[in-house]
Amino acid sequence: MSKLSLIARGLVRENPTFVLVLGMCPTLATTTSAMNGLEMGLATMFVLILSNMVISLVSPVVPDKVHIPVYIVIIATFVTVLQLLMQAYVPDVYRTLGLFIPLIVVNCIVLGRAEAFASRNGVLDSALDGIGIGAGFTLSLTVIGLVREILGSGAAFGFKLFPGDGILAFVMAPGAFLVLGYLMAIFRKFIKK
Amino acid sequence: MAAVSNLRNMVLCLFGVCLVCSAILGATYVVTEEPIAQASARALSDALGEVLPQDCTPCTTAEPIVLDGTSYECYTARDAGGNVAAYAVKTVSGGFGGPIELLVGVYPDGRVCGTKVLSHSETPGLGAKCATDEGFINQFKGFEGRFAVRKDGGDIDAITASTITSKAYVKGVEAAVKAVKSLGGQGNE
Repeated sequence: MSKLSLIARGLVRENPTFVLVLGMCPTLATTTSAMNGLEMGLATMFVLILSNMVISLVSPVVPDKVHIPVYIVIIATFVTVLQLLMQAYVPDVYRTLGLFIPLIVVNCIVLGRAEAFASRNGVLDSALDGIGIGAGFTLSLTVIGLVREILGSGAAFGFKLFPGDGILAFVMAPGAFLVLGYLMAIFRKFIKK
Repeated sequence: MAAVSNLRNMVLCLFGVCLVCSAILGATYVVTEEPIAQASARALSDALGEVLPQDCTPCTTAEPIVLDGTSYECYTARDAGGNVAAYAVKTVSGGFGGPIELLVGVYPDGRVCGTKVLSHSETPGLGAKCATDEGFINQFKGFEGRFAVRKDGGDIDAITASTITSKAYVKGVEAAVKAVKSLGGQGNE
């Protein structure tokens, strides 16, 4: 498989949100605005790329029976590093996403890619897979966030599009499910062709 | 391809991975400790600047005020002459989705100077407006009326569809004012 198609695959054919339907907790919870979705996607991508690379490096020497604990320790380390860095350098972003950053540890996309891809492929391919899946996740979260922000708050990336409040339900959990469902249907219709 | 899963290999592998990971965490902690402290100090001084009058210097260490068994963190701000210009009191009150943490600037005579939400977990689009709705927040500037929303016979216009949040906010501000009044105007000496 070519290097480019490794990245493209994560964006489209194995899009983690619309096709694999993994990592739904942060997807539904953090996409109240386009910016929140984008930031959450980038944070997950950071962890995904690094953990994929390290896991592809160490997996040949990890005994089978302890591979899950080893992967989780590695993932948790990168998540904690990310958390400390965000607290230090982007405290405002950390305040919005705070709770959901530690939860990246249990995001099944990260462990899923470690198991399904990084543990069986080389460092470069694993990094590209991390970039592809991470970009797919970021894109999906940003689009969901954008739709919810336009419908729910009448704004896009924080810029007010029309006065007033919008449809409140889209800022809350039910709207998250609705938007996710419709976007998933539209996405799959075009992928099939 | 993977190493044999005998006890020795498993223990060695886990030990090695944990050792390296904790070293990385330790290093990151040391590097970020200073910037994190600075970031939270900046957040505090920004908040103090927002709720206190312009022409005074807030001290950045809190002193406790104890009133009715509750302890409030209080930051005293003094003007150029060294007189107390205002106090900033941190209060917590129960909102709709959880505690609302407020920083309230109060003049020594009990008038409200300014208010700011430090943290809250109110419903997005409804109660969460208490942190951003200027019309709601600005009515506290210089406020010295009855601490209750209009529905309860007070002088505060509640946020539409967020009466519980508004009530909690008012209660937090009132607690701060009471705490300052309990100092007995000793700042005026």
